[in-house]
Amino acid sequence: MAPTREQQHWMYRNMVTSRKFEEAIAGIYFEGKTPVFSMADGPIPGEMHLSDGQEPVAVGVCAHLNAGDVVTATHRPHHQAIAKGVDLDKMAAEIFGKKSGLSGGRGGHMHLFDADVNFACSGIIAQGMGPAVGAALSRKMQNKPGVAVAFVGEGAVNQGGWHEAMNLAATWNLPFVCVIEDNAWGISVSKEDSTAISNNAERASAYGMPGVRIADNDPYAIFEAAGEAISRAREGKGPSLIEVETYRLAGHFMGDAEGYRPEGEKDALFEKDPIPKMRANMLADGMASVAELDTIEAEAAARVETAIKFARESADPAPEDALTSVFA
Amino acid sequence: MNKPNERKLTIARAMAEAVAQEMRVDPSVFVMGEDIGKLGGVYGNTRGLLEEFGAERIRDTPISETAFIGAAVGAAQDGMRPVVELMFVDFFGVCFDAIYNLMAKNIYFSGGNFKVPMVLMTSTGGGYSDAGQHSQCLYGTFAHLPGMKVVCPSNAYDAKGLMTAAMRDDSPVVYMYHKSLQGMGWLATEPGATVHTPEESYTLEIGKAKVAREGSDVTIVSVGMGVHHALKAAAQLEEKGTSAEVVDLVSLVPLDRDTIRKSVAKTGRLIVVDEDYMSYGVSGEVIASVTEHDISVLKAAPKRVAYPDVPIPFARVMEQYCLPNPDKIVAAFDGMNAA
Repeated sequence: MAPTREQQHWMYRNMVTSRKFEEAIAGIYFEGKTPVFSMADGPIPGEMHLSDGQEPVAVGVCAHLNAGDVVTATHRPHHQAIAKGVDLDKMAAEIFGKKSGLSGGRGGHMHLFDADVNFACSGIIAQGMGPAVGAALSRKMQNKPGVAVAFVGEGAVNQGGWHEAMNLAATWNLPFVCVIEDNAWGISVSKEDSTAISNNAERASAYGMPGVRIADNDPYAIFEAAGEAISRAREGKGPSLIEVETYRLAGHFMGDAEGYRPEGEKDALFEKDPIPKMRANMLADGMASVAELDTIEAEAAARVETAIKFARESADPAPEDALTSVFA
Repeated sequence: MNKPNERKLTIARAMAEAVAQEMRVDPSVFVMGEDIGKLGGVYGNTRGLLEEFGAERIRDTPISETAFIGAAVGAAQDGMRPVVELMFVDFFGVCFDAIYNLMAKNIYFSGGNFKVPMVLMTSTGGGYSDAGQHSQCLYGTFAHLPGMKVVCPSNAYDAKGLMTAAMRDDSPVVYMYHKSLQGMGWLATEPGATVHTPEESYTLEIGKAKVAREGSDVTIVSVGMGVHHALKAAAQLEEKGTSAEVVDLVSLVPLDRDTIRKSVAKTGRLIVVDEDYMSYGVSGEVIASVTEHDISVLKAAPKRVAYPDVPIPFARVMEQYCLPNPDKIVAAFDGMNAA
């Protein structure tokens, strides 16, 4: 099923919001970190994993989810959080380590949690799988509506925990979908050099569940495959696996010189930037006018600007707040 | 605590009864783990539950601790109250990320917006020649890492109250029960663990130690099986004219430092008994709780009777040589006086 006009507008809006958010973060990230780069300095200290290029996966999947559905995300979670509807002001403030952030600055960019939209992260590879499977179990046991989606990278399928969780989800026939964002790189090690097979969707057969691989970061194909998998989960027919060939347009983290990439790879990826591509597609298909898309882009930029302003102007936490919220 | 005609339970039965009573009134409580269904738990602590509650709420799992402990975290964040079993605490090595990076940190990382109400119950302890991958206590390992409460009952009364309290807690609780206290047909059980246990549901406050025996000359602090060694040592010391006070920590996190300090302030002497490894663990923490608070209360340097810093051997003579026992505690007291 192809996305409706309204769904395409939603997808494009969230892709653009995510990209503009990452661009804003990238600009601010280097503040205070020059002339000598130190990760510990500036208004956004710490590691920063940007999601530029991977937006189609988040929007193609989350277009089928509502606030009650559960998502677990990775160390590279911004696009997924935005598409799931995480509060952008509080998310920005969290990334700045402010008191008004999602967890008051305790988590930072790799640990975004928003209970209002059932969104959680783990910065450890594949470790969002268990909690997503558990949330799916919870819905099934309570006979409550809702599916759980675990987003992981292609490197996660080489973790034992990924396989354990896939087996558990299938054995218990849970409303669960695993979405693999295959950006071809685990930091500097290529998928080719680390993974026995090239199509991880084939691994679904090991767990008796459907698996599909989507080529070329195509938001429409992702939308269709996710729609099928999520409907299947909602109907009680069990879990599914989707792998998407996506593109990491940024480094693994900011400051990554990416010397491991073959020459010309990045240029070729930028040629396939999914955002201008979707814009062109929508215009060609008559799904949006230039004016509509310009408005969406302007509104997305304004939304990001508001969030960044909120984050910048928010107060730091009191240092001693570090000692609270350890227990419920 | 035992009177004639009062009902005595083993720890295993007390745990199962607490879970059953809570499951009857709270539909969000469920149990999952390896062999907790048809078998009733390798240590008997889920016996009878499958028959009463069925396989939906009493879930045997595949041998996939990372997946099902991680799943418990996700279910707990979604409104359930899972009770999960890690069959042997030694198995934490295959699944610790789910425990210390997810279960223990998600409340903090969410700024308290997610609750993680789950119980991770796990067996501890050796003494029956199961060697070094099935005999450890690892109290210090779990208690060291923030974000999880840790309890260790020494008897059935405490076991039941702690289990009910743990299931009602909105934070994760690691419930460590000692195999030699459990009351299994296939493993000798310390008789002192099988005590009067009321039929009705009740809770024991987590984070509160108990004075298991009052005394005035020396304080012996321990937890779980060590409490029984301490009580036996206290009886031996009494014959020699020494009055020993025994403090049962009951909880390791939060640690009831006040009860420890109060006792040592009274007796002036401290021996800590711990079946976990000596270094960087519970025994050092208990001593530091006293010395950094007020070292002047001590009449002698504190002593530790703990497991030496070696893997646990198989051969009976070697393992018994390493384990704490009442004689070692008495010897520690004698050494303290000689010094």
